[in-house]
Amino acid sequence: MRQKVMITLCGLAAALLARNLYVILLRLPDEAAQGAIYRIIFFHLPSWFTSFTAYVLAGVASILYLVKKDTRYDAFAVSVTEIGTVFTGMGLVTGMIWARVIWGIWWTWDPRLTWAFICWLVYAGYLMLRRATEDPTARARNSAVLSIFAFTTVIITYKAIDWWRTQHPGAVLSFRTGGGKIDPAMEAMIYWNWLALMLLAAVLVMVRMKQEHVQGEIEALRRHAHAL
Amino acid sequence: MTFLRQSLTMAAKDLRAELRTKEAINASVAFALVILLLFSFAFDPTAEQTREMSGGLLWIVFAFAGALILNRSFARELPNDCLDALVASPVSGAALFFGKCLANAILLLAVEFISLPVFGVFYNVWWTQRFWPLMHVLVLATWRLTVIGTMFRALTVNLRLREMMLPVLVYPMVIPALMAAMQLTTVLMAGEAIGADNLIWLRLLAGFDIIFTALGLVLVETVLVG
Repeated sequence: MRQKVMITLCGLAAALLARNLYVILLRLPDEAAQGAIYRIIFFHLPSWFTSFTAYVLAGVASILYLVKKDTRYDAFAVSVTEIGTVFTGMGLVTGMIWARVIWGIWWTWDPRLTWAFICWLVYAGYLMLRRATEDPTARARNSAVLSIFAFTTVIITYKAIDWWRTQHPGAVLSFRTGGGKIDPAMEAMIYWNWLALMLLAAVLVMVRMKQEHVQGEIEALRRHAHAL
Repeated sequence: MTFLRQSLTMAAKDLRAELRTKEAINASVAFALVILLLFSFAFDPTAEQTREMSGGLLWIVFAFAGALILNRSFARELPNDCLDALVASPVSGAALFFGKCLANAILLLAVEFISLPVFGVFYNVWWTQRFWPLMHVLVLATWRLTVIGTMFRALTVNLRLREMMLPVLVYPMVIPALMAAMQLTTVLMAGEAIGADNLIWLRLLAGFDIIFTALGLVLVETVLVG
């Protein structure tokens, strides 16, 4: 059943991505000021949305773990965090490519970029903490606490473009600006591609959770073998 | 009231233990002086350039020297299973945490007060121009360093690789505080007031101090007791 859901989601993601790529590359016109390179926005923004969604879910799952002590929440938290870190990396890399073309530099120490990088580092620390902790209960508990602390960096990264006047462009999407900053067709495309990336992320999270489950079983068997 | 009294008892215990052995504070002050000395080899600036970099230099010194103090905070409780005794005592985890934060903050502030005049003399920077605003920034940023540092030491106290894990976990989390402190310290060292464009840094510093302290107080019991 789980396998079927995964394959279906994977197929949906692939079909949607193919359709999105067709519209992005062939249907939508070049942007007036930036030309063809603006199309990276259709991957840059959705990557960030996906990673932020993942971190929100990780935070919620971590709180739930601390309240209910159910290891399934912990497995979910680590899975979404890992996938979130990958999408953060994707957001950073697409941003850097875009910056190289438009600003002429790969990186600038602008608050939005700096906070995004800090955010990635903090969640990388979370994954390293998990590796370093051997006891499964302590691992789940400590990483849940860390995840809650780490979430503060996500909030600041999200709000950075409002709090500082920076080189990174301000908000363009209508839910933050009230509209008028971006063509509705282009904005709709950003959401469509977000949906495609979310589907992809969901499949990856499911694969990762399966691994967590198997790992838990192996650890339990190992403890059992030691006891014997 | 009980909470405050317990925290103060805990802080007094930590400070007394530290003042009798002086193991962390001596190492920390010596380390701070060594880094200040090293900076003079790294660059050879004019007084004007030093003033422009002063915030960054000082907070790098404080962050690294602070790590030595914070490292001892929970490590001191490990021999003879003192930590287990503390957790088992009727003092709440939150009071234990708050007391340790207070003690660490006082020790780190002491290191900062020793480093500042030395920095002023070595690099010819007149650092007292905006003394009281600078004190505010020092206290706020030091509090953040100690809250995050103490919390994460509590998190990693039982890890085999804790010395390796700590810098990876703590420094990214305190970068925001360091960024704010560096920015504000540089402005204040130059003798300027904190203007409207830097107010956001001060707000962030104060706001997240409150958030992190609250998170620490709520979550530390889970970390220590389980």
